Amino acid sequence: MALLEVDDLSVTFARRGQRAVHAVDGVSFSVDAGEVVGLVGESGCGKSVTSLAIMGLLPRQPGLRVGGKAVFDGTDLLQLDDRSRRGIRGRDIAMVFQDPLSSLNPVVPIGLQVTEVLTRHRGMKGDAAAKEAARLLDRVGIPDPKRRLKEYPHQLSGGMRQRALIAMAVACQPRLLIADEPTTALDVTIQAQILELLKDLVRDSGTALVMITHDLGVVAGMCDSINVLYGGRVVETARRRPLFREPRHPYTVGLLGSVPRLDVGRGEPLNPIPGSVRDLLPWPDGCAFAPRCTRRVDACVGEPPQLVLAHDGRSYRCVNPAPVPAPREEEKR
Amino acid sequence: MTIISGKKREKIDRLAELAAREEERGVSLWQDAFRRLRRNPAAIVGAVILTIFVLVAIVGPVFVPYGPTDTMGIREGVVRVGQGLIPGHSAEHWLGYDHQGRDVFSRMIVGARQTLLVGVVATLIGLAVGALIGGVAGAAAGLGGRWGRWVDTTLMRIIDMLLAMPSLLLAVSIAALLGPSLTTVMIAVGMVSVPVFARLLRGSMIAQSNSDYVLAATSLGVRKSKIALAHVLPNSLAPVIVQATLTLATAIIEAAALSYLGLGNPDSAVPEWGVMLADAQPWLGIRPALAIYPAVAIIITALGFTLLGEAMREALDPKLRK
Amino acid sequence: MSDSDILVEVRDLKVHFPIKRGVLFDRTVGHVKAVDGVDLSIARGKTYGLVGESGCGKSTLGRALLQLTPPTTGEVSFDGVELTTLPPGKLRAMRKRMQMIFQDPMSSLDPRQNVESILTEGLQTHGIGGNRDERRKIIAETLDKVGLPRWALSRYPHEFSGGQRQRIGIARALVLGPELIVADEPVSALDVSIQAQVINLLDELQDSLGLTYLVIAHDLAVVRHISDTVGVMYLGGLVEEAPSDRLYREPLHPYTRALMSAVPVPDPDVEDHRERILLAGDLPSPANPPSGCRFHTRCPWAQPTRCADERPALREVGGSRVACHWAEQIASGELRPHKVSAEIVRPEGEGEEPGVVSAPSEPGSFV
Repeated sequence: MALLEVDDLSVTFARRGQRAVHAVDGVSFSVDAGEVVGLVGESGCGKSVTSLAIMGLLPRQPGLRVGGKAVFDGTDLLQLDDRSRRGIRGRDIAMVFQDPLSSLNPVVPIGLQVTEVLTRHRGMKGDAAAKEAARLLDRVGIPDPKRRLKEYPHQLSGGMRQRALIAMAVACQPRLLIADEPTTALDVTIQAQILELLKDLVRDSGTALVMITHDLGVVAGMCDSINVLYGGRVVETARRRPLFREPRHPYTVGLLGSVPRLDVGRGEPLNPIPGSVRDLLPWPDGCAFAPRCTRRVDACVGEPPQLVLAHDGRSYRCVNPAPVPAPREEEKR
Repeated sequence: MTIISGKKREKIDRLAELAAREEERGVSLWQDAFRRLRRNPAAIVGAVILTIFVLVAIVGPVFVPYGPTDTMGIREGVVRVGQGLIPGHSAEHWLGYDHQGRDVFSRMIVGARQTLLVGVVATLIGLAVGALIGGVAGAAAGLGGRWGRWVDTTLMRIIDMLLAMPSLLLAVSIAALLGPSLTTVMIAVGMVSVPVFARLLRGSMIAQSNSDYVLAATSLGVRKSKIALAHVLPNSLAPVIVQATLTLATAIIEAAALSYLGLGNPDSAVPEWGVMLADAQPWLGIRPALAIYPAVAIIITALGFTLLGEAMREALDPKLRK
Repeated sequence: MSDSDILVEVRDLKVHFPIKRGVLFDRTVGHVKAVDGVDLSIARGKTYGLVGESGCGKSTLGRALLQLTPPTTGEVSFDGVELTTLPPGKLRAMRKRMQMIFQDPMSSLDPRQNVESILTEGLQTHGIGGNRDERRKIIAETLDKVGLPRWALSRYPHEFSGGQRQRIGIARALVLGPELIVADEPVSALDVSIQAQVINLLDELQDSLGLTYLVIAHDLAVVRHISDTVGVMYLGGLVEEAPSDRLYREPLHPYTRALMSAVPVPDPDVEDHRERILLAGDLPSPANPPSGCRFHTRCPWAQPTRCADERPALREVGGSRVACHWAEQIASGELRPHKVSAEIVRPEGEGEEPGVVSAPSEPGSFV
């Protein structure tokens, strides 16, 4: 039994007088304890909405419908009432967001924000909490932690803020950490520091990590298993190496072909995916990627493609997948 | 790869270019805002109120049953203030008489025109002066370099002084200076809103001046004066227009307040809602309705402008665009 | 390379923004040294890539080169014409030869202009195309070049997707027939699958029109992909400059090495086996840069002598230009990296109330 089992999760925003938007349209994936799972996709693929739905953090508004299941350690998170969900949130499941400045309260010192978590979920008070907070800041690599505790978020740099946020997230030794584009707002050298820190935390504490990102490079270095999302559905799931070595879904192939790589020289043209992410076919009418797909066949339109299960835990949602071995520049290097 | 059938390919292409084929012409921001405005019920309520108000103000006086200054109640002996007798509504006089025996309904209708006039003219004065000062300051600060900053600082200190004065006190001083009249009220109310418009436009223009499209125009080699007029100003107007609509509401209330304080038209023969409200004060004990009619009319009209203004703010807010 | 092959030459360019404080009277209390003495030259028809992290001054350098931000000192010569001393009228006329592409295609397009008006503005400004029909022809050709359909003309920026908007931005730059295009983060705001379209488009346009590019980006992979020569910036100065492939094969400056090792590569085999140089701490404040070599506070190879007190100049080392006292010793492996402890770095203004730094992007201290 996996630690988190998301099954057919769907999120629909319906506005009066407008067509309903299926932000997430039947996403399923699972996360084992101690595993790093990636949710990869471009803007509008539903990766962030998925995480917010699991955490119960979607803004309450009329017309919002969440369907499916998200079973964490035997309890369906989507069926919980607010109270018990708050209990789980922060203690068993924690989250790190993209923008550390807006995730921190600007008028409360860092130390107080960390100790608040410790007080609420671990019942620590006074000196003990302050000591533990300093230890946590030290753990995430913030220099001179005792003094930092008294400082406000705007006094710290972006990288340090993200570290502080991670310190708060891991304060209760959660069993699952969801990181939503944790390094997108940061510079590459700072990104490398933060990714290294997240890897360390996972290795040392056995926390499972769901990594939400658009950056295939980040995924390649971090995740054990990867889910590629497009138009609100998982189009391909695979372990890390097989996915990059032989991507089967044309979208995955396209993504890998369009990223400029540091180890490929000048003059090699990229193979972009034509069109834009706006050119979506609604899933019930066929494969959402069909309008942009170079391997499109008749069967792509009419009914949604079924999930094909292959060996080694791999699955893809495509009727005409890229052949194996995929035509990739493996030999060229 | 198999060849895809013509029909299915058509379907895919159609979906892929869904947005592109729907209509031939593009939709400008104003058109887009107007569409959203039409979908907002608050905007519709506001617009209906204002349409009725404007219609009444324009054509109403032609159709009023009695002359607004005709003291028929006294003449006919129906109104006897000394004995506390001011009759209320009847079949002939829908809202009854006032203390001078005039028909209240006719006065309300004719008063609508004065009220609209005061509101619109006062707002226009505020908008014109404020936008001029704010526009010059904003353009100077945003694009003018060192010299521009000096111009901006000077203008803004003047505005700060205006702003530092309590608005009613300012209006009273202006009214005292120019003597009580309708023009005074309009100027006074207009001057009070000058700093608001000036600061709003200036802030908006400075923000726009820092945007990339201004840099892009500069790199195209476009003159600064043209950038200010063709790019910065039009993009800064939305909040000012919203503010103008909201100011119309407060202008009407403020004009009523000034009239009530006796700074308005001394000739109370020309009906105006604020004056009517003031005139009704001594008779509140006998017939409170005399005050309630103009008060309610002022509130509803102000509400109409506010609803429309808020709806416009929403419709023009780029953050709310899909 | 003969002189005629060089289109742009930048000499000792400095851009310092005054830091102002005070309520009623502004007082200059220091300077943010955004660009602090940069020399570079861009060959005609080639691409110069400028890479660095946020706050290194690469965008300011690009804008100062185009005279969109006035340089504090230094010279910029464009095709033999000195731009810094050019009178405003002549500079405006010169602008048709050098254009810019921006990072955020939405904010760099006036939302109230339709595409036709966006593309006509430059033509009118420079009097290109005598009448409406001629201008329409030029515009139609430009649309074809950037791959936009004709129906785009009557539409407004908000009706396009991100990639198409960036094409509009490129068309606006191209329509004047420029020789130099400064592209400031041209793809970083776009989706991954769209980035490749725009990169390929820039490549094609260079081939067909013989354009010269200065591409500014934080993404080393993007820069390496499209540049002939790459310059790496750190805290207002160039630390290394080399041909693209050479820079990748043999990075000489410790910062270049760290940057290179931090860029994620979408390939697990590479990711698992590469050497990572993790830098300690954050970028120091450009208002108060470290003495000597700007990088010595974070440098794993920093030496007790010279690094802290002598600012290294760019010098030739085996085909690259590098600003490091110990480049040869580091390259040969004679010097080994050591651990560096992180120093806390305040965001701008030493953590006091935000907004005290008045760069030209925020004119005046009164709002």
